[in-house]
Amino acid sequence: MQRTQISAWLGVAPAWFVIGIFGVLPMLIMLGISFMVADPYGGVEPAYSHEAYIQFLFERDLDDSLIFNPIYLNIVLRSVGLAAITTALCLIVGLPVAYFIARQPESRRDVLILLITIPFWTNLLIRTYAWILILTRNGVVDARLQSVGFEAGTFDLLYTNTAVLIGLVYSYLPFMVLPLYASLEKMDFRLAEAASDLYANRWRVAWEVILPLAKPGIVAGCLLVFVPSIGAFIAPDLLGGGKRMMLGSLIYFQFATARNWPFGAAVSILLMAFVMLALLVYARVNKGQGLPAGGH
Amino acid sequence: MKTLLLALVAATALSGAAQAEGQLNIYNWVEYTSPEMLAKFEKETGIKVTVDTYDTNETLLAKLKAGGTGYDVVVPSQHFVEILIKEGLLQETGAGGMSTYANVDQRWQKPVWDPEAKYCAPWQWGTASIAYRKDLYGKEMTSLKEFFEPEEALKGKVQVFKSPDEVYNLANIYLNKPFCSENAEDAKAVQGLFEAQKPAVVTYNSENQNDNLANGTSIVANNWNGFTMRARMDSKTDIAYAFPKEGVVGWFDSACVPAGAQNADNAKKFLEFIMKPENIALQSNYARYSNAIVGADKFLDKDLASAPEMNVPEGVPVKFGQACSPEAQKLIDKVWTKLLQ
Repeated sequence: MQRTQISAWLGVAPAWFVIGIFGVLPMLIMLGISFMVADPYGGVEPAYSHEAYIQFLFERDLDDSLIFNPIYLNIVLRSVGLAAITTALCLIVGLPVAYFIARQPESRRDVLILLITIPFWTNLLIRTYAWILILTRNGVVDARLQSVGFEAGTFDLLYTNTAVLIGLVYSYLPFMVLPLYASLEKMDFRLAEAASDLYANRWRVAWEVILPLAKPGIVAGCLLVFVPSIGAFIAPDLLGGGKRMMLGSLIYFQFATARNWPFGAAVSILLMAFVMLALLVYARVNKGQGLPAGGH
Repeated sequence: MKTLLLALVAATALSGAAQAEGQLNIYNWVEYTSPEMLAKFEKETGIKVTVDTYDTNETLLAKLKAGGTGYDVVVPSQHFVEILIKEGLLQETGAGGMSTYANVDQRWQKPVWDPEAKYCAPWQWGTASIAYRKDLYGKEMTSLKEFFEPEEALKGKVQVFKSPDEVYNLANIYLNKPFCSENAEDAKAVQGLFEAQKPAVVTYNSENQNDNLANGTSIVANNWNGFTMRARMDSKTDIAYAFPKEGVVGWFDSACVPAGAQNADNAKKFLEFIMKPENIALQSNYARYSNAIVGADKFLDKDLASAPEMNVPEGVPVKFGQACSPEAQKLIDKVWTKLLQ
C-alpha cells in the first residue's frame, strides 16, 4: 500500500521538478528582486524596499511627499487596450478560418493545420522584420503600386497603430485558430443540421448552436492571445516606431537602460497578478454554467 | 550512436583542456572584431582566440557582475570603463607602460575614464550626431537647432535614437547644459525640448535609420558616424553626416581585462598588439571606425581615411558621455519615460 504511494509520488516527481525549476523558481526570484534596492549600475543590493511598488503609482516630491503619477498606469491601460483589440480581431479572423478547416475532409485538414503552424518555424523577430519590408515606404507593396503609376509613399503604413495591430494579429493568430479548431473538430455537425431542419436560419445556427459548442476553444484562444499580447513589445517597437511605450518595452527599459531592476521586476509581477486576477474572475463567472461541450 | 556520444564527450573534454593554455577569449560588441586582425594575432603569438558578442554595455556589466565568464578581454565604452573600474571588475594591466603605448595619439593618452592608463588600451572611437538626406533637406545642416526644433517641412520625418543615452547629451550640448546634471530645472529644459520635437518624430529607433533615410521614411535621423558612412556608400541617395557647430557626442571603446581573467598574460599581449598602427588599421578597415593610434592612417583603406564622417571639422567640439550618478540617471529616465508614456 505504502509502496504504491511512494512510487506514485516518484512518478509525478519529475513534473513537480520541472514546474518548480522552470516555472516557480524564476517567478520567486523576480518577486524577491522587486522587493530589493536598485544598484545604480544595474543589479540589486540585498536590502528590503517596497519603493518599486510605490513608484508604480506615485512620485516623490522634493519634500518626500507622494504625488499621484499616472504615467505607468497610462502605459498599462494602453497595453491592455491593445491586447483586447488584438484578441477581438484574432477571434473575428480566426473563427471562420477554424470553422472552414474543421469542415474539410480529414486528409486536407491535416495539411491546412500544418500550414497554420508553419510561421512558427521561423523566429518572430525575423517575421516582424519582414512586415517592415511589406509596410514601409518604397517597400514590397509600395514599389508594386509605383510600378503601375501611383506616387511613392501611397502605401506607407510603417510606424502607425494599424501596423502594430497587423503585426500583433499576425503574430498571435495561430494561437487562436488552433484551440478553436480543436473544439470545432470534435463538434457534432449533425446538431447544426438538426437546427436547420427545425427552421433556424443560418445566423441562428451560428449563434445558438455552433458558438456555444465552440466556447471552450474561444475561451482558450482568447486567453492564449490576450496574455502574451499584453507583454508584447517586438511589434509595437518595430512596427509602431516606439513613440509610445508598452508594458513590455517599459520592463525592458527598466532592466536595460534605466538600470532599475526592482521596478522592472515589480511591473512584471503586477502584470502577472493582473493576468491571474483576470483568469480567476473568468473561472468564477463560468463556474455556474458547467462545461459547455465535451463534458459528457 | 554510443560511439558518437563518446566522441562528443571526448571532444568537449579536449576543448576544455585546450582552454587552459594558449587561449584568449574576447567578449566584444557584435560585428566589431576584425577576423583578419585576429588571424594575424594568432599567427604571431600562437594563441588561439575565441570571440563572443554582446549588444549593450549593460549586458557586459551584468555578465561581469555575475562572474565566472571566462572572458579575458572586454571592450566597454568610456563611461562603462569608469563604472567597471569602480565596481572592481577590471584588473590593472599597466597599459600605459606597454612598449606600444607611445603610439597612442596624444589627445587620447590617459583619458579621463582611465586617467593613469592603468587598465585599458584604446580600441575604436566615433561620434553620434545626425545623418540627413541632403537632396531632400536641400541644404547643409549646421546647427542642432535644425534637429531639435525642426522646420515645418520635416514634420513626421525626424528619427530619434531609441534610448536616451546619446540624444539626451546632444540636447544638453544644444541647451548648453552640463552632462549628468542633478538639477531638476536642467531636466525640465531637456524635457521641454523633447516634447516640442515629438510631433515631428516618425520613430524612436536606433536600428533602421539607414533604411529609413534611403527610402525617405525619414529625412533627418540620429546616427553614428561609421553607420552613416555605410549608408552613404551603400545607398544611391545623397546621405550626409552633420557636424553641428554646437558639438557632437563622442564614444570611445577600450580593450580591458576583467578581474580574474584566466589568460591575463595573453590578454596583455593582445592589448600591446592592438596599439600597433598596422594591426589596429585592420580593425578600423573591418568595423569602419576611427582608431586612436598615430600612423595607422597609412594602412587604412583609402575611402575610410578620406571619409568626411571620420574627420571632425576644426572647431566642432566632441563631448564624451560620462557615468552619471544615480540621481542624474533617475532624472534622465524620468524625462524619457514621460516623453514616451
